[in-house]
Amino acid sequence: MPDEPKHIVTSFEADLKKLRDMIAGMGGLVERAVADAATALLEHDPDFATRVVEADPKIDAAERAVEQFAVQLLALRQPVADDLRQVVQALKVITDLERIGDYAANIAKRSLVINQVASSFSLSGLGQMALLVQQNLKSSIDAVGEADPQKAVAVWRADQQVDDLYNTIFRELITYMMEDARSITACTHLLFIAKNLERIGDHSTNIAELTYYAVTGESLPDFRPKGDQTSAYMHSSIAGQ
Amino acid sequence: MEISSHTMSETGLPPGLSIPPADGMPRVAIHNLNFYYGATHALKNVNIDYADRKTTAMIGPSGCGKSTLLRVLNRMYDLYPGQRAEGEVVIGGENIIAPGVDLNQLRRRVGMVFQKPTPFPKSIYENVVFGVRLHEKLSKADMDERVEWALTRAALWGEVKDRLSASAIGLSGGQQQRLCIARSIAVRPEVLLLDEPTSALDPISTLKIEELIDELKKDFTIIIVTHNMQQAGRCADQVAFFYLGELVEVGPATQIFTAPKERRTQEYITGRFG
Repeated sequence: MPDEPKHIVTSFEADLKKLRDMIAGMGGLVERAVADAATALLEHDPDFATRVVEADPKIDAAERAVEQFAVQLLALRQPVADDLRQVVQALKVITDLERIGDYAANIAKRSLVINQVASSFSLSGLGQMALLVQQNLKSSIDAVGEADPQKAVAVWRADQQVDDLYNTIFRELITYMMEDARSITACTHLLFIAKNLERIGDHSTNIAELTYYAVTGESLPDFRPKGDQTSAYMHSSIAGQ
Repeated sequence: MEISSHTMSETGLPPGLSIPPADGMPRVAIHNLNFYYGATHALKNVNIDYADRKTTAMIGPSGCGKSTLLRVLNRMYDLYPGQRAEGEVVIGGENIIAPGVDLNQLRRRVGMVFQKPTPFPKSIYENVVFGVRLHEKLSKADMDERVEWALTRAALWGEVKDRLSASAIGLSGGQQQRLCIARSIAVRPEVLLLDEPTSALDPISTLKIEELIDELKKDFTIIIVTHNMQQAGRCADQVAFFYLGELVEVGPATQIFTAPKERRTQEYITGRFG
């Protein structure tokens, strides 16, 4: 970690830095993909959607490269304590990043459909959600690179806002669908997009939690204060039918 | 001494010779231990417990006091004028650093194996019975049985049973070290001290000793000093980190090697400049 004295073996120090750089590189690809997916959706721009889909194999390749390097570090260096936690963190963080890449690709693909069936819908709620999710993703990746537990806690807390926005969009789309059955196709796509963004937020939170553990050796609590009433809403609407 | 097989533990040690301490009590308890080489204060206010039938690894840079602590545990320092210990080292209810302690008995109860194998230039058989003869009068048959037991427990019996009268000097390094362990456990100590027991051995011999340590802790409390972090992780239930004569941190091996609480421990085990 940056504020620690350096390792006596400089090549080990270099390996750990390389690992951090590789994750930062993969994180950059994933951030780009999410940003492009958001642009594809909000600006109705199919070129951006294509870019996201094309970037996905690169993200997968980056994941494999980090995985290989981390396994090599475990085998050859036998890291312990915070070094060990950092390598384990790397192995888990890349799984989250890879999933985020998949969600971005899914959003991009759906944006192409939205362009055709629902260009009249207001996307401002999704736009706001996409913005928040991107901020959190960036902060979580920065937290990894800077080994900053405070930043990790901030991301962990901020995900609540994403969840709240998701619930709002969920209700809004249900209302549309109840009002006009012809909107169901478009709304379902938008709902999946909102869910994808919400999942990206969750994976960013995972990255933050992993970072907090890697840096401090302690786990964040299992629960985060949740204001989620979506399930209650679902139950009441089902019960009302 | 009558020892019938059905009264022995699964590893062949008669229960009477390895009485567990009262529930929850450590086998060895050290309170406020200070040690001096003349004017040099080598151990500073050390407090540590060694649980019964567990392995504790003591780690730390050279000169941190871990070997000194081993030397206190069987009072080897008594051989040198000007060296003194203050505080309490309780083994089996007795403060073993108090005056008047029977050192011969203490050294039977607390066995020690050194960094380099130290076989006597005698036969394999004579090496094993050497300590036993000092403490017990056994018939030839009982003595033979004890030798087989100790060599079996030290995982050496199969390799030497046909040449017990051969010189111990002819054994390989790894075999010599296992012979020294057999010699130590032949007197059925309560505590076995191992001072870097594998530092002079090849990897396979090292693993054999480590396997042996796992076996031996069924009957003995084991305290091992090692410079090999991976070895401490592999062998020990509890790890104690010493630095400049202080016990910096002691805890389960799993905790010390995944999330040590003290920064100095972390810097040492991860190999950083302190």
